[in-house]
Amino acid sequence: MEHYNMNLTLKVWRQKNSQEKGKFETHRVENISSEMSFLEMFDVLNEKLISEGKDPIAFDHDCREGICGMCSMYINGKPHGPWKGNTVCQLHMRAFKDGDTIVVEPWRANAFPVIKDLVVDRSAFDRIIQAGGFISVNTGNAVDANAIPVEKDNADKAFAAAACIGCGACVAACKNSSAMLFVSAKVSHLALLPQGDPERKSRVLAMVHQMDKEGFGACTFTEACEATCPKEISVTNIARLNQEYFRASLAADK
Amino acid sequence: MTWAQVFTSSVGKKITMALTGVFLILFLIVHVGVNACIWFNDGGEVFNRAANFLGENVVPRILEIGLFLFFILHIVQGLMLEVQNRSKRSIGYAVSYGNRGSRWYSRSMGLLGTLILLFLIIHLADFWVPSRFTHMSEVQLSDGKNVHNLYSLMQARFQNPFIVIIYVLGCISLAYHLAHGFTSSFRTLGVHNKRYIAMLRSLGYAFAIIVPLVFAMMPVSFYMGWVK
Amino acid sequence: MLDAKIPEGKLENKWTDYKGHCKLVNPANKRRLEIIVVGTGLAGASAAAALGELGYKVKSFCFQDSPRRAHSIAAQGGINAAKNYQNDGDSVFRLFYDTIKGGDYRSREANVHRLAEVSANIIDQCVAQGVPFAREYGGLLSNRSFGGVQVQRTFYAAGQTGQQLLIGAYQALERQVALGNVKMYSRHEMLDIVMVDGKARGIICRNLVTGELERHFGHAVVLCTGGYGNVFYLSTNAMGCNVTAAWKAHKKGAYFGNPCFTQIHPTCIPVSGEYQSKLTLMSESLRNDGRIWVPKKQNDPRKANEIPDDERDYYLERRYPAYGNLVPRDVASRAAKERCDAGYGVGTFKQAVYLDFASAIQRYGHAEANKHGIENPSHEEIKRMGDEVVKEKYGNLFDMYEKITGENPYEVPMRIYPAVHYTMGGLWVDYELMTSVKGLYALGECNYSDHGANRLGASALMQGLADGYFVIPYTIGNYLADEIRTPAIPTTHPAFEEAEKNVAARIEKLMSIKGTESVESMHKRLGKIMWNKCGMARNEQGLKEAIEEIRALRKEFWSNLRIPGGINEYNPELDKAGRVADFIELGELICIDALDRKESCGAHFREEFQTSEGEAKRDDEHYMYVSAWEYKNEENWELHKEDLVYEMMHPTQRSYK
Repeated sequence: MEHYNMNLTLKVWRQKNSQEKGKFETHRVENISSEMSFLEMFDVLNEKLISEGKDPIAFDHDCREGICGMCSMYINGKPHGPWKGNTVCQLHMRAFKDGDTIVVEPWRANAFPVIKDLVVDRSAFDRIIQAGGFISVNTGNAVDANAIPVEKDNADKAFAAAACIGCGACVAACKNSSAMLFVSAKVSHLALLPQGDPERKSRVLAMVHQMDKEGFGACTFTEACEATCPKEISVTNIARLNQEYFRASLAADK
Repeated sequence: MTWAQVFTSSVGKKITMALTGVFLILFLIVHVGVNACIWFNDGGEVFNRAANFLGENVVPRILEIGLFLFFILHIVQGLMLEVQNRSKRSIGYAVSYGNRGSRWYSRSMGLLGTLILLFLIIHLADFWVPSRFTHMSEVQLSDGKNVHNLYSLMQARFQNPFIVIIYVLGCISLAYHLAHGFTSSFRTLGVHNKRYIAMLRSLGYAFAIIVPLVFAMMPVSFYMGWVK
Repeated sequence: MLDAKIPEGKLENKWTDYKGHCKLVNPANKRRLEIIVVGTGLAGASAAAALGELGYKVKSFCFQDSPRRAHSIAAQGGINAAKNYQNDGDSVFRLFYDTIKGGDYRSREANVHRLAEVSANIIDQCVAQGVPFAREYGGLLSNRSFGGVQVQRTFYAAGQTGQQLLIGAYQALERQVALGNVKMYSRHEMLDIVMVDGKARGIICRNLVTGELERHFGHAVVLCTGGYGNVFYLSTNAMGCNVTAAWKAHKKGAYFGNPCFTQIHPTCIPVSGEYQSKLTLMSESLRNDGRIWVPKKQNDPRKANEIPDDERDYYLERRYPAYGNLVPRDVASRAAKERCDAGYGVGTFKQAVYLDFASAIQRYGHAEANKHGIENPSHEEIKRMGDEVVKEKYGNLFDMYEKITGENPYEVPMRIYPAVHYTMGGLWVDYELMTSVKGLYALGECNYSDHGANRLGASALMQGLADGYFVIPYTIGNYLADEIRTPAIPTTHPAFEEAEKNVAARIEKLMSIKGTESVESMHKRLGKIMWNKCGMARNEQGLKEAIEEIRALRKEFWSNLRIPGGINEYNPELDKAGRVADFIELGELICIDALDRKESCGAHFREEFQTSEGEAKRDDEHYMYVSAWEYKNEENWELHKEDLVYEMMHPTQRSYK
């Protein structure tokens, strides 16, 4: 892989806190190596800002290996930047070339209010899980792990859905700010396993109810979420959620 | 989970859209079938007979009421959803994701639907209102029965090139609306099996191309004088 | 002499006897007892969930924006359990044996045996929660092998086992939050332990969004705050991983156990430049199929694929024929370092070795061709089919490698190098997981207990969940049973006032330095000292120098640090500053501990103490103990020793040859 250095112009959203209005700020960074990660480029910029006595740019990040789901930047019009099936922290600077201008915005959705600069509050996702994204089994209740065989195909599908990292890119990408990909991934994961079967009806109803309450939009199947999802979770899960919901609501007693 | 709760939830609203959408798709099949009768090129004999059958029979008349209700439900719910969905992001992006992540028409169902609504108003005023409420000339069929001469009305209307263009544009809007709406409605109703989704997708595209194309060919055929 | 409160009786009966005789708290009393759990990784989330299920009033804290993001999520390879589903001779004893041996005889027998006993329950519990482990076509669970063992006992979910287990625990936790048994505080950082009458009774924490300090009471405090690998700056830990909670506890009287036992993981993506902020692990599971080699010629300029097989040195297979590429981590890491130091390294900085999948791809390709009845398959066909098998097993890891390095590991061998990964050391705990402070517990990587001087692969997840789901629910009851008459202490109590005042004073002190150097830069400097002088190989002179350098760095830190922004706002630089300040103090203790331990064992390799073949040479006569350091005051610690008594195991020179 050829390495090269580049100079870039960054237009970054700055917002002091959730109350104040934000605006774009332009910064130049120089001699950025193509081997750096995007966040390391931000580290360089922040070091520069600190040395100039300015306020560094706040952004969420933690594991920097694409699994914790904390990083959340909307880069040049796409959540997590230009690469497919990728998180910001795994985006490397060889995706850009010398002289590029990069626009960086926070996730934008009323359900994800900005805390500062590029940091948003995604606690709505936790509350959706609280509504029913679990299997009610107290510690110690479990039977032997091999007591219930699970069809491999379903186990694989459940795993593919469970790969969701809860980053919120689906919401950021959706024109409706819908959280359906996130919710459906959890509903599918648990509905596909026999262990999740007893609660599948109440789960889907409760999770959708909470999703609506949090102020996310409805799904219109544009598939922008799937295109941007770092774990490439399929919109098929949304269709599965719809089926679960339809069935559960038809079967409801009152 | 009361019915009210079901149909006011985001998924429930989409179910309403999908159910009414599928019904409207069925209606389109009937509509396009009847209209295609003009190409018998028999001076509208078969077409007028078919149209009259629908107009005076009791079952289609009841269905017509349902059709209207579903149309209104589809339109009102659609517009409300569009407004609600837009309200979920107060501050927009400086750079949009655009066509990199989705097709433009899948993001523009509200716009396309509104265009179709405008077209629909013109269309109803053109044919349905005269046929049902105001006056319309009659013609005698070969078996001696007198029926509304919708055929001649069409023939007359589609001599005006602007009307023809409006109708063709309406059909194009419909095509894109269907290109997304057809498959999407089935997924909203819970079809998630990959194999059926693939079938429905192909079917949806075929439907979205063929049906509006046939519709669009009517005004064009009259205007060009392909049918007399 | 430290008392670890190990129950009497035969090793295999200790835990059963303990459970049969420990004190219980009745349900009505549980509702009145409050427990603080700090951290929401596997240990923290499972502990908070399990305690909530029992009916205790739990408060759970994490510094991330959601409990689901704790760094347990990044564990890739798998979780061990003595299920013996493969009928390959596994048993509780074997898991116990492997763990003790892998830890180079520096762990406590009773704890490790308990860990092995409950390991099977963990898998049951996780499956019941819906953790989608890999399965065979018959619908039953699949297993693979990890370093330092000869059976297949590792359960996995592709390369995302940690994620799946954590999401399971997180969901259990959120369920308790919904039921009102647990109250969750995210974006909160614990900054001190509050002591009342010699017992841990609460914490002071900072709301990281508003900067406000908060006081929280608990009848007991449970720390599940992970390891301190970030003391080296570059590690496989997340950026936020820190020692602060454990360090505050240490300063309040909790002994720190074996701080110098830090694991260097052999298979990580090598450093590519000065700007590097973290290192990425390539799961140990890759060593099931990957072969590690370097060129036989020093400074060989050829590309990997141009070097013929007979000019490659598969040094692990050469040195350790019995375990080959699956030797334990410490052994594999040192062997890589040895080759690179001797001038056989590859890559830009010659600080890497190859991890090659070509022969596995060939092997799988041939097997697939066989399966499909293809006779005389072409090279391309074999390669394609082999690639597919490898993709199914390690696809996400290969993708990750390609994203970071820009190289395709299906075509060219991976370049890997050891990196700091896990810390076996941590707060000293007794059998009940209580630290030397009454009412203060440490679970998971945060404690020192089960892994001795070296942890085996796929055992960290096992320990975190064992502690949280199956140990603390019993042991904490044994303590809280005597606390049922203690009413909730109001947070206006002078002890809370005092603790908060101290925390506030320290934050103000940090902010008032107003120097010129950033936190990040100071942290990098600390990391360099630690890695160069207290990393994979250590010696007396280097350690002594390191201690002096760290002390100097600490003075510089407190006189020349620059933190932008203010106190009462979202200020990540301030959060980091507090953590790095603690890392600097810890770094000093690590070096002191490494200096004190005049032997080589597991991950702790003192160059002065090695066999003629370059293997770690233990000194059981003088160092068969756990070093538990008590903080006295600045630069002053007192060493307490817990003698390790082996009833069942007979410590021998570890051999993987």
